[in-house]
Amino acid sequence: MQILYFASIREQLGLETEEIEWAPEITDIQTLIDFLCAKHDQNWRKVLSDPNLLVSINQELAALETQLSAKDEVAFFPPVTGG
Amino acid sequence: MRMISIQTEDFSIEYETNQLREATPEVGGIATFTGLVSDLNREQKIESLFLEHYPGMTEKQLEQITDQAEQRWGLLGVRIIHRIGLLHPQDQIVFVGVSSRHRKDCFEACQFIMDYLKTHATIWKKERGEGQSEWLEARESDKIEEKKWQR
Repeated sequence: MQILYFASIREQLGLETEEIEWAPEITDIQTLIDFLCAKHDQNWRKVLSDPNLLVSINQELAALETQLSAKDEVAFFPPVTGG
Repeated sequence: MRMISIQTEDFSIEYETNQLREATPEVGGIATFTGLVSDLNREQKIESLFLEHYPGMTEKQLEQITDQAEQRWGLLGVRIIHRIGLLHPQDQIVFVGVSSRHRKDCFEACQFIMDYLKTHATIWKKERGEGQSEWLEARESDKIEEKKWQR
């Protein structure tokens, strides 16, 4: 599973992208966040529990309870500010 | 006719407008919007702006925004350019050009595309000025503008 981080989220985590092996406990976005927080350090819980955090699955916006499968591309990012 | 580009290079408003004008003799009007880097934001001097996007997703979103505009108004052409990378005050950031038979269609569609782009497209700005650098936060006023188009 390919995970991408953008903008302020990327800077706060110090990571742009990572490949993770799919594990049976990863069923949806929330359980993926739990998995990532356990894998990394305490700062991750703080950053990934921001209520404004946005997430996409295969480049479509998704909710915390959206189901995941092994080959999905998941991205975490802050509210957009283009234009 | 549509053209969507996320690029680091600058663009020419004249060239883009001519592309819309020359595409078909049916064109009765063209509306364009060009967004620039301003030197002031929230009373703070801006030295530079860094823009990043989500390659692939942003382009797809702009295609979807254009689909919606085409369903809603009678459009003949749409051209959208958004720059990324490091920009400075007075640099061009974004261009939206829309052609149609009638002015109402192109005026409204151009504004709709800009309002949706600002609130939906995965693009982020980081400002640098007065020795500080910070990621911009989404503005409530942009969301309000975008909501006006919901029906």
